[in-house]
Amino acid sequence: MAKAKANQKVHPLEELIRTERLPHIWCSGCGVGTVFSACLAAIQETGIDHKKFSMVSGIGCSGRGAGYVKLDSFHTTHGRSIPFATGIKMANPSLNVIVFSGDGDLFAIGGNHFIHAARRNMDITVICINNFIYGMTGGQVAATTPHMDRSATTPYGNPEMPFNLPLMAYASGATYVARWTMIHSRDLTDSFVEAINHRGFSFIEVLSPCPINYGRRNKIKSLDMLKLFADNTIIKNNADPAELDIDFKKGVVLGKFVDIDKPTPDENYEKVCMMR
Amino acid sequence: MEPKVLTGEHFINGDIACAEGAIAAGCTFFGAYPITPATEVAERMSERLPDVCGIFIQMEDEIAAMTSILGAAWTGVKTMTATSGPGFSLMMETVGLAVVTETPCVVVNVQRGGPSTGLPTMGAQADMMQAKWGSHGDYEIIAIAPSSPQEMFDLTIEAFNLSEKYRVPVFIMSDEVVGHMSEKVLIPEAKEIKTVARIKPKGRKDQFKPYQPGENGVPPMPAIGDGYNVHVTGLTHDEQGYPVMSVDTQKDMMNRLLSKIRDNLDDIIRTEEYLLDDADIVIVSYGVSARTAFTAVDMARQMGIRVGLLRLITVWPFPEEMIRDLSKRVKGFVTVEINMGQISREVQRCAGANAPSYLVGHAGGTVITPDEVIHLIKEAF
Ligand SMILES: Cc1ncc(C[n+]2csc(CCOP(=O)(O)OP(=O)(O)O)c2C)c(N)n1
Ligand code: SF4
Ligand SMILES: [Mg+2]
Repeated sequence: MAKAKANQKVHPLEELIRTERLPHIWCSGCGVGTVFSACLAAIQETGIDHKKFSMVSGIGCSGRGAGYVKLDSFHTTHGRSIPFATGIKMANPSLNVIVFSGDGDLFAIGGNHFIHAARRNMDITVICINNFIYGMTGGQVAATTPHMDRSATTPYGNPEMPFNLPLMAYASGATYVARWTMIHSRDLTDSFVEAINHRGFSFIEVLSPCPINYGRRNKIKSLDMLKLFADNTIIKNNADPAELDIDFKKGVVLGKFVDIDKPTPDENYEKVCMMR
Repeated sequence: MEPKVLTGEHFINGDIACAEGAIAAGCTFFGAYPITPATEVAERMSERLPDVCGIFIQMEDEIAAMTSILGAAWTGVKTMTATSGPGFSLMMETVGLAVVTETPCVVVNVQRGGPSTGLPTMGAQADMMQAKWGSHGDYEIIAIAPSSPQEMFDLTIEAFNLSEKYRVPVFIMSDEVVGHMSEKVLIPEAKEIKTVARIKPKGRKDQFKPYQPGENGVPPMPAIGDGYNVHVTGLTHDEQGYPVMSVDTQKDMMNRLLSKIRDNLDDIIRTEEYLLDDADIVIVSYGVSARTAFTAVDMARQMGIRVGLLRLITVWPFPEEMIRDLSKRVKGFVTVEINMGQISREVQRCAGANAPSYLVGHAGGTVITPDEVIHLIKEAF
C-alpha cells in the first residue's frame, strides 16, 4: 500500500486507481463504483503482485472499469471482453485475468463467449454488474430486465423473460458461481478474493442499481432499490441454481452456489501436447 | 517433434506453407474458427504449435478468434488467425480495434466466392475492398497477395515482420486456388530467415506514454506484466492511451495512425515488374490472377503487342505513385482479378484521364484464362 506522508490522507486503494482520470463517469447513486472498489480491495487482499493482474472490460457504464484501474487494462469492443481475456490467459497462464463488465455486454451480445469460456473452465474471473438494463445507451431492455418492467424500448412493459445468470453459468460449466448485491460489500470482496484464487472459470453476478436508466422508468427510488437489496434478499449458500430467478417480491437468493475444482484448459493443453 | 523451421524442399499446398511461414516467423498463438478453404491453415497450426511451445485454440466463432489474438498479442507474442469470406466479415469490428489499439496481428483470408455463403470450395478475389474498408471509420492497414505456395511461406513471414514493425494488422489476401494448390516450396535455413522482433519501451515506467510515437511514428509496445500499467482502449485516446472525446485528439490520433503507413510507403510496398520497361499496355494483377497475367504477357509479346505486367505483392497501401507515373507513358491498363471490379477501380482512379483502364474479371469460382486477357487487349487497344 502507498505510504502516506505525515498528516496526508491517502485512499487505501489509491495505488490501484488512475487518479489522474478522476472524476469518473458514473452517475451519483450508481452502483458500479462500489463494485469496482470491492474488486480493487480484493486484488489488494490477495497479496498477489499487481503486475500479475490484467483487467478486461467490454463496452457500457460497467465496462469503464478497466479505464480506472492502474493495471494493464483493456477496454475492448461490446461483448468481446471474454475472448480477449481468453487470449491473454492462454498466452500467459501466469496472469490473473479479471473481466469486469455489464449484463448487456456479457449476456446479450457476448452471451456465446460466456458459455464457451465457462464450458472450457477458462481460468479467468468474470464479474458481471447486473443493473437489469443497458445503462450506457439510455436504458433499453436487457436480457436481464425483469418481465413486465419498463425500459426505453419496452415502454409498455417487457414481454420477455430474463436470464437466470448463475444457472446459465453453472449449466455451461463454470466451477465457481456466486451472486451478491453491491450493498453486501464485505461478502462481495470476500467472494472476489475467492474467485481470483479459484482455479478455473469463476463468475460473480452483482446486482447493482442504475437509478438513472432503470430506477426512474420503473418508479424505484435510489434508496428503495438499496432497501430491496437489503430486505428482500436471502443468503443461501449452495442453493440450487435452478431456483435463483430474480423476483424481489419472493426474495432474491444470494450466496455462493458452486465451488468445484477441475483442471483448466491451459493445464490440459500442456498435457495433451506432452502426449504427442 | 519437428523443428521450428522445416528447412528443405517440400511439396505442399499454400495453406500448409502459410502455417509453416507463421511458425518460422515466430508465431506462437493462433486462434481460429474452421472455414473452407482456410481450414488447413488451422489444422496445420494445431499440429505444429506444440513444437514451438505455442498455443492453438479453436474459438466459438470468428469474432472470438480475432479478439483472442489481440488479447494474446498484448502478452508479447506474435499471433495469427485464418479465415475466409464469411469469417472475415465477422472479424471486421475487431479489425478496427486492432488498428486503433495498434495491436500487431496477422489475418489470413483464403478467399472464396461471395457474397454470403457463396462458393465455399471455389476461389475468388472479391474481398479486396473489404480488406481495405471493411471496418468502420478511416484507417490504413497492410494487405499482401501471395501468388504461389512458395509465397504463402515467404509472405507470411513478411506479414509478421510488417505487423511488428508498424503495429498494424496485416492481411494475407490469398484465395482458394493458391491455398489448395500444391507446389514445390523451398524453406531456407533458420538463420537465413529474417524476422522482426517487437520494439519494447525503455526508460522510466511511471513516465511512459504508450502511444507516444517512436521510430517511423510507431510507439514501442510493452507486454502485460512488464509493469507499465498501460490502458488500452478502442475509444479515441491521447498519447497516454486515455480516452479523450475531442476533435483535436481524434485528429492527432488519426493523423498518426494514417501517417505511420502513408509516410513509409517505400518500405512497405512491394511489386514485381515483368517486361514493363518498353510496355505500351500494362496488366495489373495480384495473387492467383497474376499467374494468368504472366502467360498473357508472353502470348501478347509473341503477337508483337508490347504488354508488360505490374504484379502487386502489396495491394494495400496501394502503389498509387507507380500507377500515376506509368499512366503518363502507356496506352492503358488492364487489371486482371477474380471479381467484378475492385482493384481495377483503384487503377482507374490513379490513372485518371492519362490512360484508360479496363477490367478482365468475373464473378468467381474459377481462374481467369490468358485468352480472356488477350481478347480484351485486342478489342480495347
Ligand atoms: C457492436 C455494438 N453495438 C452496440 C453498441 C452500443 N452499446 C454501448 S453500451 C451498450 C449496452 C451496455 O449495457 P451493459 O453491458 O448492461 O452495461 P451498463 O451500461 O448497463 O453498465 C450498447 C448496446 C456498441 N458499443 N457496440
Ligand atoms: S446510467 Fe446507470 S449504470 Fe450508467 S453510470 Fe448512470 S446510473 Fe450507472
Ligand atoms: Mg447493464
